[in-house]
Amino acid sequence: MGIILLLLQLLKPKSEAMKIFIKFDFNAVCRKVLEDKLIKHHIKHRILGFGEVEILEKIDTANFAEFANELKEYGIDIIENQKTILVQKIKDTIIEMIHNPELVNVKSSVYLAEKLSHSYGYLSNLFSDVTYTSIENYIILQKIEHAKQLIVSSDLSLTEIAFQLNYSSVAHLSTQFKNVTGITPSAFQRIITKRREIANKK
Amino acid sequence: MEKEYIHIILADDDEDDRLFFTDAFEELKINTKVNTFNDGVELMDYLNHDDAILPNVLFLDLNMPKKNGIECLHEIKQNEKFNDIAIAIFSTSSSEEHIEETFVSGANIYIKKPSDFATLKKVLSDVVTINWQYHTSGLNKDNFLLRL
Repeated sequence: MGIILLLLQLLKPKSEAMKIFIKFDFNAVCRKVLEDKLIKHHIKHRILGFGEVEILEKIDTANFAEFANELKEYGIDIIENQKTILVQKIKDTIIEMIHNPELVNVKSSVYLAEKLSHSYGYLSNLFSDVTYTSIENYIILQKIEHAKQLIVSSDLSLTEIAFQLNYSSVAHLSTQFKNVTGITPSAFQRIITKRREIANKK
Repeated sequence: MEKEYIHIILADDDEDDRLFFTDAFEELKINTKVNTFNDGVELMDYLNHDDAILPNVLFLDLNMPKKNGIECLHEIKQNEKFNDIAIAIFSTSSSEEHIEETFVSGANIYIKKPSDFATLKKVLSDVVTINWQYHTSGLNKDNFLLRL
């Protein structure tokens, strides 16, 4: 807006040069920009108040990234997303730890804090806020998921899987498996095998 | 953004159970939108509609008039459009054989109907939380089996 006014001034004969004064309503400006961008990207939304928007349906990640980028040009940043990014980093680090035999013995709280340069307390609270679960539970869930994957896709015995995932014994793995899923590893294997048999018959 | 709504559907012919169910979700911290249907026919009519909002989790009562939970489960599993729905079976039976059969037919979650409200809330919260992890962490849904 400022630039256009300046151009008009330059085009005009010098004698007619003038100065105008502008008053801004920052809230209105931000709201308008936000609304226009939301509409432009076809994002169904509800503006809840200053600095808070509710997205009413799932949106395409690429579209969202573009939307976020365009807002950036106006100095508008999506704050929650910063948290989401950190949570994603926590998840990625956990998965890296579980899948890497060299890291499986490392204490996760120490490793996470070091790798992500935040205190474990901060990471832990943030994680619970965003994901509805704790880091500890998430690690267990991921370990069990990994165990499932190995059960259905490898020739490893349960004992070997327990060893690979750093469980003290196969009983420990079985107990945790049952606690998390409600079924035993062998029932799990049976169900998946039967499902595959049925699928192959079709 | 990450706190988008989780869509939940329950099909159950018992009015009290439906009421308990919606009340339990209202008391959970997780943002959910709950729809209920009175029987399997109503449910399938809704799901087969072109612009139906498909639920993240579908709770099916096993014993319903007109079309029971297992029939719904088979129909749903035959249609690829419904691949992303996690299916939870609500049942009063706890026969091991029956449970395994239900899982083999494609159910993800098997719940023995809790007799008190506190347990129901805990169970529903567990289901939604774990489903949320599958949803947001790209876990392999084929391996999603949960018995509560």
